[in-house]
Amino acid sequence: MAKALIRMPAEAKKGEVIEIKILISHPMETGYRRDAMGQPIPRHIVNRFVCRYNGEVVFQAELFPAIAANPFLSFFTVATDSGEVLLQWTDDQGHTESETVRLTVV
Amino acid sequence: MDPVVNSPGEGCRAMGSVSRRQFILAAAGGLALPPALRRAAEASPETAAAAIKAILGEARLHQGRVALDMPPIAENGNSVPLTVSVDSPMTAAEHVRSIHIFAQENPLPNVAHFALGPRAGKAQVSTRMRLFTSQTIVAVAALSDGSFWSGSAEVIITLAACIEE
Amino acid sequence: MAARRRFSAFSAALLLLGLAVSVSGQRPERGDEIPPEDKRSGYHFISRETQAMQDDDLANPGSLWVLEGEELWRKGAGAAGKSCADCHREAATSMKGVAARSPAFATRAGRVINLEQRINYCRVDHQQAVPFAYESRELLALTAYVGHQSRGMPMRVAIDGPARPFFEAGRTVFLTRSGQFNLSCAQCHEDHWNQQLRGLPISQGHGNAYPAYRLEWQTLGSLQRRLRNCNTAVRAEPYPYGAQEYVNLELFLAWRARGLPVETPGVRR
Repeated sequence: MAKALIRMPAEAKKGEVIEIKILISHPMETGYRRDAMGQPIPRHIVNRFVCRYNGEVVFQAELFPAIAANPFLSFFTVATDSGEVLLQWTDDQGHTESETVRLTVV
Repeated sequence: MDPVVNSPGEGCRAMGSVSRRQFILAAAGGLALPPALRRAAEASPETAAAAIKAILGEARLHQGRVALDMPPIAENGNSVPLTVSVDSPMTAAEHVRSIHIFAQENPLPNVAHFALGPRAGKAQVSTRMRLFTSQTIVAVAALSDGSFWSGSAEVIITLAACIEE
Repeated sequence: MAARRRFSAFSAALLLLGLAVSVSGQRPERGDEIPPEDKRSGYHFISRETQAMQDDDLANPGSLWVLEGEELWRKGAGAAGKSCADCHREAATSMKGVAARSPAFATRAGRVINLEQRINYCRVDHQQAVPFAYESRELLALTAYVGHQSRGMPMRVAIDGPARPFFEAGRTVFLTRSGQFNLSCAQCHEDHWNQQLRGLPISQGHGNAYPAYRLEWQTLGSLQRRLRNCNTAVRAEPYPYGAQEYVNLELFLAWRARGLPVETPGVRR
């Protein structure tokens, strides 16, 4: 399954506040549902999200089952220097995914 | 509709987490978050108040500065958009450290905790929630001066989450 | 729209003839009686927030399946090790309009088939691979991807020639009461569209946005999955996935939705 869709500018002016949007592919199984046979479906959610800009953490999130399936997040960061924006998320089974986007700051 | 096959609550464990105080301190210091702890979930209004208290500790909660943008009616509780924003210059001297969202009537009231800081530039986060029933959503912001501010909004849920297939 | 005539006996006869001609020219077909100016996609029966989810590709979870479909399109499969792209090249060109014209009669199958079945025929015949199951990740991804290539195009299926008997069979399904509630599709979607059912407005039941991301399912699903939900809703036993009854109904619905834009992947509640 495609991991995620990300939208952020490729280029920004120094000091500009840019918006980063991400749509993560994940069922975010709450742990409250039961299958057709009545058996509980175990919880399986993305519970950690972090955004690192040239290695420095600029945004973090702790997510709970109350976040809708295929989690959508939008947040802001200040364009400081050109470099790499790393978006990384981990689920409660310890599985980590990430995407890196290059940002050019002029 | 797909057959309704389940009921909420029974035997469920919350993916509980670090204490809220640890989270805020970690956010302020830019440290990695400690591993999550498990905690049994209980569906009660008191739980939301307790979850909020865990963030505040002994600090007072001020009303204001936190705005929630959410539709007044959601046709399906499985996906309710929310944008929370806090009035703050987001400078090194004065900024929002973290924002905490609570859904008071959900089986587990915690929705999300966001750690910001001066590098955010703007104290605004958007996401989509799953809501069990019509209820009040509360957002608590922890500011760099140690104060806590909150805002809330009400939403009517036409079709509940957590109980459909 | 009756022509004005002087009321002589001759004119009266002409008037009656004129009336008969003009009325029959406008008489709606059974199962398709919503006036053209009132015909609306399901998009118009969802909340503003749900519409906003569909309008923005980044907010639309269906985009994840379209991306996945694009990857599968280029991946070799089966004993032949061929990919869709090996024969069909760029989907944006070769698949443009395909979903807008589905379901369609296929000589190879000797019957009307839908997009899922068409893809599976390719898998079996040309890739020497096992067909994908309905609602499998892969089949949803490919139908979302191929459907997406027709996005914005008006639906236009052929119902003449060999397709005609399947079309009529589909119309019969649409008009026939079923289930413990003894309701037909037409009773909700023709007679009571826009009226409230369980607190929400009933759509016209076109299906032009499928496969669609339904908030209730919290995932993308096919039109047949939605039709099976309708069966269950009236307490009727659903047919198995891939049943010709569903394909015939899909053809009838696609004809009924003619002119409405393909919205795949849509977002619905």
